[in-house]
Amino acid sequence: MTLETEYMPDADRIMSVSLGPQHPGAGHFRIKLWLDGDYVVRAEPDAGYVHRGEEKMGEYRNYTQNVPHLERPVILDSSNILLPYALGVDELMSNKIPARAQYLRVIMSETNRIISHMYFLAIQGLFLGHTTLITWCMGDRDFWIDFAERIAGARVTFAYIIPGGVRNDIPSFAIDKGLKLCDWFDKRMDEYEKIFFQNPMVHQRSDGIGVLSREDAIAYGATGTVARASGLAVDVRKDEPYSSYDDFEFKTPVMTQGDVYARSYVALLDMREAVKIIRQALKRLPPGPVRLKLGPQPRVPAGEVYSRTEGARGEMSYYIVSDGSPRPYRLKIGVPSAKNLRVLPVLLKNVHIADIPPIYWGLNYWPVEADR
Amino acid sequence: MVVAQQQKSGAFQVLVGKIDDVLQYAIGDPMRYLANWGRLYSLWPVHLETACCSVEIGAAAGSRFDMERFGALEAFGSLRQCDLLIVMGTVTRKLAPRLKLVYDQMAEPKWVIAMGACSITGGLYFDSYNVLRGIDDVIPVDVYVPGCPPRAEAFLQGLVLLQEKIRRAPSLSGR
Amino acid sequence: MSNVQAPTSPPPSKPTSVAPQVATTPQAPPAKLEPVRAKAFAAQITSAFPDVKVDWMKERRLKVSTTPARIEEVGIFVRGTLGFDHISTVSGVDWIARNELEVVYFLGSSTPGQEDFIVALSEHVARDNPVVPTMVDVWKGVEYHERETHEMFGINFQGHPNQSHLFLPEDWNDLPPLRKDYVSPGR
Repeated sequence: MTLETEYMPDADRIMSVSLGPQHPGAGHFRIKLWLDGDYVVRAEPDAGYVHRGEEKMGEYRNYTQNVPHLERPVILDSSNILLPYALGVDELMSNKIPARAQYLRVIMSETNRIISHMYFLAIQGLFLGHTTLITWCMGDRDFWIDFAERIAGARVTFAYIIPGGVRNDIPSFAIDKGLKLCDWFDKRMDEYEKIFFQNPMVHQRSDGIGVLSREDAIAYGATGTVARASGLAVDVRKDEPYSSYDDFEFKTPVMTQGDVYARSYVALLDMREAVKIIRQALKRLPPGPVRLKLGPQPRVPAGEVYSRTEGARGEMSYYIVSDGSPRPYRLKIGVPSAKNLRVLPVLLKNVHIADIPPIYWGLNYWPVEADR
Repeated sequence: MVVAQQQKSGAFQVLVGKIDDVLQYAIGDPMRYLANWGRLYSLWPVHLETACCSVEIGAAAGSRFDMERFGALEAFGSLRQCDLLIVMGTVTRKLAPRLKLVYDQMAEPKWVIAMGACSITGGLYFDSYNVLRGIDDVIPVDVYVPGCPPRAEAFLQGLVLLQEKIRRAPSLSGR
Repeated sequence: MSNVQAPTSPPPSKPTSVAPQVATTPQAPPAKLEPVRAKAFAAQITSAFPDVKVDWMKERRLKVSTTPARIEEVGIFVRGTLGFDHISTVSGVDWIARNELEVVYFLGSSTPGQEDFIVALSEHVARDNPVVPTMVDVWKGVEYHERETHEMFGINFQGHPNQSHLFLPEDWNDLPPLRKDYVSPGR
């Protein structure tokens, strides 16, 4: 069954078009579209424009050297991809992580969740023709980046969560700043809700577009915001509470519409929960050390581990196979974008061309992450 | 006789040359300056994201760093209208032909900023099987902005450097 | 060759011992060290399929391995009876010392009460002629994961709808990159 012959009866009607890789609606990513007039008959994603062979590189580097390059693919969400890696290596080495380090991991992970969702909402505003949200989200995202920079010292690539704890302690002034930021951001999110989510124009442009049913979400292995917008209450933080997540009170936001609007709104609700968690963690930060001394080349015993956490976009997972040598024998990175990629051709069926960008970005798809 | 004529035409040529110089200074140079000054503050970058540095471009274009105040704003229109190509990070083997295609479609004069360590030397991905070690053998580069990823301020500095280069461009064509 | 050498004794043939749960949840009582649920799932699978081998069990993980000929049946059992209805990730592993390739399906569940559990279903296939059946009919979501495993390890998934390159360039003309005998340029 080749793509060319499949639509032979309508060969003169069906037109195939490439969306991307240079296109405002699809950066570093191409969607092959088959169009019938204004309608998309069939779509096929063409990824791999940013495939950098992270998994092969992981086999050439030891467990400490792997930290910086692993966070580059998921640059919006860089702490959340290091957390399952650190958890996996800790599990293999039977490290007992100090309580303060666990809380700092949570703080950094939730801060990154907000940073990632703000970028997501900004670009979703762009695709839904809502310029205010771009400028607001891009501007406010920088306050959270500042907060993360005060803790970790970098703007986007923190390399903060490492096997054995976190890299350094949080400075005391960052705690006050963080608490103030949480209070301010709570009010700010009410404004987002008013200007964007209660906007009739946004409703018209996103309601009922790209609907993913709950059954499809399960069958195609959707995760994260996509699954939660389709009524599937998946949240690894709740399911298997890692890194002291069971200390905090928070909810898993779930919506049932499964459309573009729900996927955007779930991101906002996620941020509200993230602010709650950050506030609790900053207030109850336990004293103690923040990292174990593992040495530059930690010896990891032979074994296999499958560790997973809830990143901003969904389930981040690692399959680490160690043979006892300083380097991983196999390092499989399971990223949510790659898991949600299968949903895209399901959604891009019988939709208008104009709806492609919001549907595509509504999946919270980050091509760099999917390609690895 | 012949010598005198030669001297005469030589003097004439010198005179013409002088007039040319004068005209060059009087009209050509202001024209060049004017044209390049016009280009300077209306740089339109292509929206071609190649890798993760595009996040920092997003931040630079956002309301805090506000790339537009330097006269550059990401163009979401046609490639033919753009005159700046920002290579935002790693260029893979799959993307390299597309990058060249995008560059070839842009109208002259055009400039290239190589952003991030990956687009300069391959950076962190020096031993990856799918990454180009720098983009110099694909397209010519005007300004290199190092960093992994460069901060938004560093990118803006690169942009200002490029504007300085355009201001000092020796010819009317902007190169 | 690279400086990554093939292991002399690959790990997955470990006995079904109890792996201690690491302190990711400090509040967890020490009684949780016994992987009760993993044992229950493993018992269910092995009673239905006696030739299925249990590789390791942890508190929330279970890895079982079978042969390519049986994996579809086992997969349908794991999906239907045990309720592991969606795919989390598919991974390949190149055991070059044993001349084997391994495909591991990590399966998650949306059944209430076992969302935290992951069953890893693996199959081993000879490295010279790696042909395994596709699992697209069992879990629809594995399609792109299998495509990726195909291009990265050269494993041929029989019956897969489209095994063209997903991440690698179209003109890739070399060994599959994640095989251990492929050496990255620059190394």
